[in-house]
Amino acid sequence: MSSASAIYFVEGVLLVAIQEDISDTDILDLQEALSERVVDEAARAVVMDISALEIVDTFVGRILAQLASVSKLLDAQTYVVGMRPAVAMTLVELGMDLPESKTALSLTHALRDLRGERRG
Amino acid sequence: MSETATETVLTILQNDFEEIVASWISTQSDEGVQRIDLFSHKEGREQTSGLLRALISGIEKGATGDRFDLSSDAWVDLRSVLVDVTKERSSRGVSPSDMASFVLALKAPVFYRLKDKLAKYPTNLVEEIWFFSRVIDAFAVYCAEVFIAERDRIIEQQRDQMQELSTPVVELWDKVLTLPLIGTMDSARAQEVMENLLETILRRQAEVVIVDLTGVQTVDTQVAQHMLRMAAAVRLMGAQCIISGISPTIAQTMVQLGVDVGEVTTRSTIRSGLADALNRVGYEITKKKDH
Repeated sequence: MSSASAIYFVEGVLLVAIQEDISDTDILDLQEALSERVVDEAARAVVMDISALEIVDTFVGRILAQLASVSKLLDAQTYVVGMRPAVAMTLVELGMDLPESKTALSLTHALRDLRGERRG
Repeated sequence: MSETATETVLTILQNDFEEIVASWISTQSDEGVQRIDLFSHKEGREQTSGLLRALISGIEKGATGDRFDLSSDAWVDLRSVLVDVTKERSSRGVSPSDMASFVLALKAPVFYRLKDKLAKYPTNLVEEIWFFSRVIDAFAVYCAEVFIAERDRIIEQQRDQMQELSTPVVELWDKVLTLPLIGTMDSARAQEVMENLLETILRRQAEVVIVDLTGVQTVDTQVAQHMLRMAAAVRLMGAQCIISGISPTIAQTMVQLGVDVGEVTTRSTIRSGLADALNRVGYEITKKKDH
């Protein structure tokens, strides 16, 4: 696992922090590692913090969408949190609006939402 | 044309400085050009003699005869005086044609003096007149250019201000933003609105955004698509988007255009949009019993 991203397991949730300088190989590694971890830990959700990401291209956008779809198949809800305005605009322009992911302003918001779901 | 073609003009301008200023000013008032309603006699006089001084210095620096070129270094003083005077006058509402007439009015006093001095030398007279005429015409054209440039700058400035004014993002409540859209939307504006909105969401950590279309008269497919894209971007950032104030006409247009709003929440009035937004962030609007 490269240092361009880090995975933590908290409260049954996999937290993924993506670094600014993540490369195409890094993100492919991440996809693979994350899929394994979701099964290993029986995670109920994956929260991906992309607030460090300044730019996205179609490749990264597609991997983000795939990560969400893969997690969903493995019975974990994906949250994408902290997306920057420029990234949001780019993804929308590219027509990649991540329909499989939930979104939140920050990690805190996502966790709050998850706990709320658990209470409900 | 000889190198000395401008000598007589120069002598006249230097020797009869005060008279020419006076005569220039009176020509202006004769022709109704001197706008005493817009600036005082004193200012008019200062501007006039300032211009004339700069003109003399330009000629002295050798911008003569065949080599006449208003963009040359010799005319740098004159250009700056012309710019100042034109800006000053145009900001007070003097029209470009008045401004040109003001400059052209210098011809008469100089021409009459040339005629007196060179009555016996018609060739020189024509040369001097030709030279001076070209100089003054170039000034008049330059004034018009400055005027237009100044006006363009003002228009640009006003457009920026209007654009800023027309896309206010307002924090209605803790975590609730509203974006009241007014007038016509075009692609450039929609883009700006979106950027502005997303930045504010990030800054205020807003959870719900109400995009209010009450002030929008009509939409076309493009604008409708922009709205939906905006809603999608808002969702990607982790906030929710409510579109309110959709008029019956706009609703019909959107349906006829086949625009699919998908999962975007729409509310008919900003009132119900606000109630919904507050509800989503955990508040409830209740009426007092006594009222």
